[in-house]
Amino acid sequence: MAMSPWLPFEWIAATRFLREGRTQSLLIIVGVGVGVSVIVFMSALLSGLQSNLVKRTLSSQSHIVLLPPEEIARPLNGDKSGPLIQKQAQRLRSIDQWQNIRGRLEKMPEIAAVSPVASGPAFAVRGDANKSVSLIGIEPENYNRVIGLEERIVAGRLRLNAGEAVIGIELAKDLGAAVGDKLRLNTGNGANDTLTITGLFDLGNKGVNARNVYVGLRSAQSLLDLVGGVSSIDLSLRDIYAAEGLALKIAAETGLQADSWIKTNAQFFTALTSQRISSNVIRFFIGLSVAFGIASVLVVSVVQRSKEIGILRAMGASRGQILRTFLLQGGIVGLLGSLLGSALAWSFLAIWRMLALNPDGTPMFMIDVEPELIVIAAGGATLVGILAALMPARRAANLDPVVAIRG
Amino acid sequence: MAENPNNAVLRLGGIRKSYLSGESELEVLHGIDLTLQRGEFAALIGPSGSGKSTLLNLIGLLDRPTAGQLFIDGEETSTLAESSITKLRGQRIGFVFQHHCLIPAFTALENVMMPLLVDRGRPDAAMRQRAAELLAEVDLADRQDYLTSRLSGGQQQRVAIARSLAMNPSLVLADEPTGNLDTHTADDIFALLREVNVREQTTFLIVTHDPRLAARCDRIIELVDGSIVSDRSV
Ligand SMILES: Nc1ncnc2c1ncn2[C@@H]1O[C@H](COP(=O)(O)OP(=O)(O)OP(=O)(O)O)[C@@H](O)[C@H]1O
Ligand SMILES: [Mg+2]
Repeated sequence: MAMSPWLPFEWIAATRFLREGRTQSLLIIVGVGVGVSVIVFMSALLSGLQSNLVKRTLSSQSHIVLLPPEEIARPLNGDKSGPLIQKQAQRLRSIDQWQNIRGRLEKMPEIAAVSPVASGPAFAVRGDANKSVSLIGIEPENYNRVIGLEERIVAGRLRLNAGEAVIGIELAKDLGAAVGDKLRLNTGNGANDTLTITGLFDLGNKGVNARNVYVGLRSAQSLLDLVGGVSSIDLSLRDIYAAEGLALKIAAETGLQADSWIKTNAQFFTALTSQRISSNVIRFFIGLSVAFGIASVLVVSVVQRSKEIGILRAMGASRGQILRTFLLQGGIVGLLGSLLGSALAWSFLAIWRMLALNPDGTPMFMIDVEPELIVIAAGGATLVGILAALMPARRAANLDPVVAIRG
Repeated sequence: MAENPNNAVLRLGGIRKSYLSGESELEVLHGIDLTLQRGEFAALIGPSGSGKSTLLNLIGLLDRPTAGQLFIDGEETSTLAESSITKLRGQRIGFVFQHHCLIPAFTALENVMMPLLVDRGRPDAAMRQRAAELLAEVDLADRQDYLTSRLSGGQQQRVAIARSLAMNPSLVLADEPTGNLDTHTADDIFALLREVNVREQTTFLIVTHDPRLAARCDRIIELVDGSIVSDRSV
């Protein structure tokens, strides 16, 4: 109860007034807390959900795909279900000077990994089964840094020496093949090769799992009649949201066609953006109702305390001191409310983690309350509290002490 | 008592106060001239509605006169800015109101400290010491950590008197300080004011309806209908 010697009058009075108005203060702090908890919970959920969706989307796609320049104008947003399936070109073309371009790309700080790819259509034959596939020749190490193929291997391993291939689990099922079995590949130009399956992958996308056949870059080059050439260069970026801007820049510098994942998944990206906008709208309105709650409680408090305010003024308290006393009350309510709200949100998330499980018992996706989010919530709620207190505090400061004391 | 206007604690010259009531102006005080010297113990009496509280509020710088001059310790106040008025009020004038004039969120000691606290901004040990001494002088040393709601009416008024003296004011204004108290307690409170007056040479202007108490003052100023009709030494 003692006055702390280092606190100024405004702090002492603000905390005393809040403590004295116990029920009111508690109710509004809980009210602010509930509002903040919804904001924090929603934000954590949304960013968890979105980063999970983005991760899933990017699990079988590179951030940017570089292709040889189009010879004729192509329709925009041609129907593509995934960037790994290359456009069925009339004839495969190699990227001119790709070694040179690769060297330049590897020096760009925004780019985390560069993976040249030789790919084209082929038929996979095993016994009576015959499937149309995408033959993709890669340098496994570099490709892994763009698309984490290695960690998606579910049987065997990622080994692509001459005469070896890695296929998806769907294709393996369709062909009735397992690790160690042989597979025959025919390409349109008559070339063919028999390959040993060294591993099976699951990239989390049924189409990709049924279509992609990975071989070493050299094997693909000879099968596809692209000796020494590559049909595309896949890039992995440090900041995935910089993809579109960087794609434009690379296209301008190299003359290649550069497709970013954002452009390829325009609809998905629009959905993410509108989801973010709508959650911002909800946050704004929660913030607004929190502000009105704080303001109304303080307005009542100013009315209730008008006599005390008048007495303080009579004793020499300045308008500024009264103003700050009430602004501080708003700020303190906001801050305490936000701390309570963060704690509430954290418990909601703990419950959510227990309930939101995949059928196999693993969590549906990772969500965490980042410390940053709590700091922002606390700062934001404090600011909202002070702003909300502005009107009541000015009323308090401008009270006529004569009227106030007469009551 | 020698009239030296420059050494006067308070000097009023032609003070008028009007209120707007609807369309018309209502003048409540009609040119008040009044001087209080250091150490005076004066009663302000008069019928209800005669303007006693209005005059006290003007003297206490809680309100501004419509016309006239008001000097506190020789300083003319009508040209001062709001912030200087507030400072002057806090440092030179003590108030004792009729009732409910303590701040319930604070203890008795803290209430007494309050004028010092708002003046200096932060509490310190000297302030606490001064407040404790003042409380001891009004016989409430053992109640200093009580919240005001746990004090009786007379005790609350004694805390208010201690508080009014915290800044060593030149002038203490008391508007019916005993109005809410029983006769016995009222006598005690009045005696306490008188004691402070004698010991500290603090100037007092006390509004009272009680002729018995007025008779115990050095000087009685009578206000009727916004004018001073008599001003006599007892
Ligand atoms: N804010 C105001 N607006 C209009 N008229 C006012 C205002 N304040 C006071 N008055 C009027 O001024 C007159 C004097 O009032 P004041 O309170 O000074 O009287 P008083 O002598 O203190 O009376 P009492 O003994 O009842 O306390 C009254 O007629 C009152 O109605
Ligand atoms: Mg009165």
